[in-house]
Amino acid sequence: MTTDTQHADTWAASPAGGRAGFTALAALTAAALVGALYMVFLYAPREREMGEVQRIFYFHVASAWLAMVAFAVVFAGSILYLWRGRLRHDRWAAAAAEIGVLFTTIVLVTGPLWARPVWNTWWTWDPRLTSSLVLWLMYLVYLVLRGSLPESPRMRQFSAVYAVVAFADIPIVFFSIRWWRSMHPVVVSSQGMNLEPEMVHTLVAACVAFTLLFALLFRLRLGVERARLEAQRLRRILLERE
Amino acid sequence: MSKDGVPVLSLQEVRKHFGDVPVLRGISLDVAPGAFIAVVGPNGAGKTTLFHCIARLMRPSSGTIRFRGEDVSGRDLEFRRAIGYISHQLFLYPELTGRENLRFFARLYGRPDDPAALDETLAGMGLAVAADRPVRTYSRGMKQRLAIARALLHRPELVLLDEPFTGLDQHAAAVLRDLLRRLKGEGRTVLMISHQLEHAAELGDRVLVLVNGRIRANVAGAEAGPGRLPALYLDAVGRHGGAS
Amino acid sequence: MSILRLAAWVAWKDLRLELRTRQNFLTTLLFAFIIIVVFNFAFDPGSRAARESAPAILWVAFLFAGILSLANAFAMEREEGCMLGLLLAPVPRGVIFLGKFLANLAFQTAVETLILPIFVVFFNVRFAGGFLPFLLVVLLVNVGFVAVGTLFSAMTMGLRLREVLLPILLFPVIVPVVIAGVKATALLFQAPAAPGWIHWVKLLAGFDLIFVVVCYAVFRFVVEEAA
Repeated sequence: MTTDTQHADTWAASPAGGRAGFTALAALTAAALVGALYMVFLYAPREREMGEVQRIFYFHVASAWLAMVAFAVVFAGSILYLWRGRLRHDRWAAAAAEIGVLFTTIVLVTGPLWARPVWNTWWTWDPRLTSSLVLWLMYLVYLVLRGSLPESPRMRQFSAVYAVVAFADIPIVFFSIRWWRSMHPVVVSSQGMNLEPEMVHTLVAACVAFTLLFALLFRLRLGVERARLEAQRLRRILLERE
Repeated sequence: MSKDGVPVLSLQEVRKHFGDVPVLRGISLDVAPGAFIAVVGPNGAGKTTLFHCIARLMRPSSGTIRFRGEDVSGRDLEFRRAIGYISHQLFLYPELTGRENLRFFARLYGRPDDPAALDETLAGMGLAVAADRPVRTYSRGMKQRLAIARALLHRPELVLLDEPFTGLDQHAAAVLRDLLRRLKGEGRTVLMISHQLEHAAELGDRVLVLVNGRIRANVAGAEAGPGRLPALYLDAVGRHGGAS
Repeated sequence: MSILRLAAWVAWKDLRLELRTRQNFLTTLLFAFIIIVVFNFAFDPGSRAARESAPAILWVAFLFAGILSLANAFAMEREEGCMLGLLLAPVPRGVIFLGKFLANLAFQTAVETLILPIFVVFFNVRFAGGFLPFLLVVLLVNVGFVAVGTLFSAMTMGLRLREVLLPILLFPVIVPVVIAGVKATALLFQAPAAPGWIHWVKLLAGFDLIFVVVCYAVFRFVVEEAA
């Protein structure tokens, strides 16, 4: 018979905040999303030149913001894991990566959807959008790397190393793409918007709502992971008894 | 030689897990200077993992390892310099010659460039003629001798041998036995993993039986004796579970 | 013994091995050559499109050939278990990285040096901006590419899918290097040479500095298990 190893994190047994905290978060997120939707469609004024399709911009920017936040969490979790070796930090990184892919995908989908009616082209090679594409690739590679190795400290270490390298790279990627684009200025530009104060409010609301959504999804994902680890632990105990 | 009374190597409650799988479940051990300790056990008992932890190839999940009384964590380089490791996996570069292999590792261990000393070592191992041929042309026994020469080049205080008799024919095995007796005579501290109980009993001052990550028997070599060890071994293994 | 000297010894060992077998070198060279020839067929000979795409094709050839050879950088360590010997030695883990990095850098530069004349001939290139600046660009790209490539090569060393994993790990990360290399090369091919290539050089230098340090520092997590 085996005793639980010191290695296993006890966080698996007690989720932070408990059920009440989770329900509160879920309720708050729902309220924020409803509020943001209201503001996006009803409160914010119609943009002078682009029309209704401009409303996509709020989701686009909010998602881009979250994509970066998520990667920062991946980086923080990874570097903490390399430093301390605590499982929980690796779980944060993995969960944040999955959610980050989601938000980056939204960015990459809303970008062309917005560009086509406004500038008559699907892809504008806008520096920020192009950098988001590279970011999206890095997320995918991170997840593929995790998937190609069996669960072990080695897998977690490797993915942490990749995350650290990728995160250090992102600013340089952004600047290089921007310089690359500045050599071939193109007519389309996302600066072609007239920003009114209500729009700024709406943007902030969208960002807040999405941030809460991120927190909710993050907790959900960690909860699933906890359950999985617990099941694994119990199975192992059963196997040891045989 | 180390100070009297202080063990060369001391392990306290060393544990190692790979993920959730425990491989070493609390190993405590003191090795006196000049001792020759044989480690035996079924496959999967954790013998190689134990050696890897001692040689600082991996960190134990918990527990302390002390070298000459001082904790080794944080002093890895110093400790690695004092260890000579011989594995059944020989890690020689097949396209380099014997001499080049020795020279390369001598450099890594900080030995001064001394062609004469290398010649002497090669001759001592019976490799003088083959010294300038690529290692891929060597027989298993020759590679083994080269690997041993490499491991001893930097005069390590602690010698770890992981199943050194693997794949050796009678003659090569006899040569190795003589070599190990010589090491014993020189007073070096040696730890050897072996599947051959007769070697363990013959060479070892002490014999440890490792089963499922725990030391299940720790007997003096004399007490074990070539005749008695197999029975002792089977008893220890039988009582505590065989190969995992 | 200083870190650089130890790294130099590791590099010496690898270069010696490569000189003995020459297998890796010749196949990489051939691959780069084939890429250049085949891509040539994509364009009408001597057309403007061919000339304008020349920098891109050059770097595609260099980088794809480079990645193939990087995938095998740790082959010996993997097959013969030689990594064990390096890890047992009383040298900091970063030294293993530096040594491999230097050897790979020399290897990559050697392949490129031999491919370049072929490229010049096929695409009728004139280094209007000066040959030495171009060399500087090539070297800087190599440093960044090989540094990150060596790290990821060690990471994928034992994996079954390493031949496809290494490119997908490496290419997104070296996007800045690719952009800078191609752009600077294009500028230096022009007659008269356009200024502005120096900005790309600065970007490359910055990238190289950051990533040689980062890769050196994290290498140990790739070759040994920490806690």
